[in-house]
Amino acid sequence: MAPVETTARRASAGVLRRRWITAGLTLLLLAIVILVDRTSLGDGPLGILFGIGVLRFTLRAAVPLIFGALSGILCERSGIINIGIEGMMLAGAFGAFAVKSHTGQLPLPLSLALSTLSACAMGSAMGYLHALLSIRFRMNQIISGTAIIVLATGLSTYLFDPDWLSRGKFSDIAIPVLARIPVIGEVLFTNGLLTYLALAMAIALHFLLFRSRWGLRTRAIGEHPRAADTMGVNVNRWRYINTTIGGAVAALGGAFLVLEAVGQFKESMTAGRGFISLAAMIFGNWSPLGALGASTLFGYTQALQNQLLLSGITRVPRFFISMLPYVTTIVVLASVVGRTRAPAAEGEVYETE
Amino acid sequence: MADPLDQRTRFSRWLVRLAHPLVSPALALVTAFAVGAVTMLLSGDNPLTAYWGLLQGAFGGLDALSRTLRTATPYILTGLSVAFAFKAGLFNIGASGQFLMGTAASVAVGVLVKGVPAFIHLPLALLAGFAGGALWGAIPGVLKVWRGAHEVITTIMLNYIASLFTSWLVYAGGTQGQQPGPLSDPAAAAQGISQTGTILPTAKLPELLPDVLTRVHWGLVIALVAVPVIWWILKRSTFGFEVRTVGENMSAARYAGMRVNWTIVLSMAIAGGLAGLAGTVECLGLHGRFAPEFTGSAGFEGITVALLGRTEPVGVLLSAVFMGGLYGGAAKMQFESGVRSEIIQVVQALVLVMVAAPELVRVVYRMRARRSEEDTAESKLATGWGG
Repeated sequence: MAPVETTARRASAGVLRRRWITAGLTLLLLAIVILVDRTSLGDGPLGILFGIGVLRFTLRAAVPLIFGALSGILCERSGIINIGIEGMMLAGAFGAFAVKSHTGQLPLPLSLALSTLSACAMGSAMGYLHALLSIRFRMNQIISGTAIIVLATGLSTYLFDPDWLSRGKFSDIAIPVLARIPVIGEVLFTNGLLTYLALAMAIALHFLLFRSRWGLRTRAIGEHPRAADTMGVNVNRWRYINTTIGGAVAALGGAFLVLEAVGQFKESMTAGRGFISLAAMIFGNWSPLGALGASTLFGYTQALQNQLLLSGITRVPRFFISMLPYVTTIVVLASVVGRTRAPAAEGEVYETE
Repeated sequence: MADPLDQRTRFSRWLVRLAHPLVSPALALVTAFAVGAVTMLLSGDNPLTAYWGLLQGAFGGLDALSRTLRTATPYILTGLSVAFAFKAGLFNIGASGQFLMGTAASVAVGVLVKGVPAFIHLPLALLAGFAGGALWGAIPGVLKVWRGAHEVITTIMLNYIASLFTSWLVYAGGTQGQQPGPLSDPAAAAQGISQTGTILPTAKLPELLPDVLTRVHWGLVIALVAVPVIWWILKRSTFGFEVRTVGENMSAARYAGMRVNWTIVLSMAIAGGLAGLAGTVECLGLHGRFAPEFTGSAGFEGITVALLGRTEPVGVLLSAVFMGGLYGGAAKMQFESGVRSEIIQVVQALVLVMVAAPELVRVVYRMRARRSEEDTAESKLATGWGG
């Protein structure tokens, strides 16, 4: 009894300490950003590192990663590895664009809503296919995910018509009162709808995963499916449901790219974001809020890359600056060894006895 | 007491055993093409003219055959690359990055090393290509054993990094005073074209049969030699035994006193070297220079090739020729039937799905599961994030 208790207490002390450190760092960062924004400090390189511009871009770059990482969490917490996020995201982007470019005559909000729904439909189809291949047909989940990527790339390139045009995007909505908070208001509360959705979803999913009955079931079938089965949870049914929803969530990341960020579809436009969000999921230790933080960090590297290129402040060739997000991903992935733990039953086929 | 009936069953059993490894992939291919046809029908294309054009473009005449072999050459090597890593339980999605790094290394030798005879220059360039890919492949291996970073993510990230790095190497320079890359050809750069100079004749891979096959080069022979070599390493050498043991049961390998970490790093290096060699023969034999348009997509194709070939070297050879026909014939198909050649990518994805899920094919054709089929190559692949 005693050792168990001490471990539990030590763990909670560790969690507490980590929360204090996070809070402290956030405050420190906030202080720096306000100083940079309000004083002449922001004119030099500090403006590039901590200016409003880079922070706004950070969030924009982070949104697809947040959706991707949440998709990964939904699948993997229930025991299905999802390498195919990249493909689901691309399918979502294509689905959104296909409908957007054909509903130009409809009022913009309706057309945007339909496009978002279409993205989700494409994504859930991909998610369902992944679940079907890995559960029903017992395909190795890593290969199934790769097949999803190849399929999404192939289909979106084959069906894509360069003549399709899409007009209008989700525009920024300033949330009353909150948007007037200096710095924070400008960065967090003046955004498009899908950005708010990403932030809200991360918080909601965190709560659901650790506090709701669905969350307990999901975690149980990802950790110890046999035990969950004994308790009457239908393991494979929940795996199907979670993976299908996960596909839709990843597709929202693609919808964001088309409907809020770029406004157009390009072949292979996801450019590795699906894989970076997998790294964000691992770095965030399979927790939605952790993934939110990790996605923000990766988003920051993309924003920084962008700012460095735009400002022309450095003589380093642009190719090396563009490597920043990818190198960071590798470094982060290599540095979290032993500090994170994947769901125990991940990647294994579950069969009732 | 030779019973004729017994004789016949024995013969048919032998026939079944010989044909058996081919049945499942063949059915997988048929199904993939059928689903591809449905996709074409749904988007208003005629699958029959498309497939007929594809067949003509792939195997109809010497020109088509040359194109198929030319396309298949790098596929054989990238397929071997992915298959080799598979045997060690590793999923190498990084072949395209290794392809690019190998290409860059070999082209650097081919362009910069001057005044040496061909019998030194050419092997040197080939060796550089292998080494470039091997080093790039070893990185994810090291990261895996040392830091537990999963190779799927690290190899993908290294693909992007390799693509940016090689683009920089040949970068023509910019209007705002950006320096040209170290391998960029000044004459081309003056016109704003990013590419290397031409590889010196002493480092070129000559054409194989210039009178019969168009532009099929000695790279094909190198790839064909690599097949038995890799087979020998995997099946006959001590190291190959270690690779397979690590791939099938890592803890057993560790318990048996094998150097698991070393095996993983070396397997990734060999896989990377093979992919690097693929890019090398492509540039030394076909393009004669390097430009960023050579994306190393053969690296990604290698995954399908390896799985379709059941991760066996001979299977890889067969499936590489098949994939070479698919991609080699695609342009002819588009020309003949007006169907966009991108449909090939869809067919390829379907092939991948059908091949990697033998259970799926079994259900479609109502086949009974065989004990031996349970043990497919991919079931040995890691199922988690490890570390």
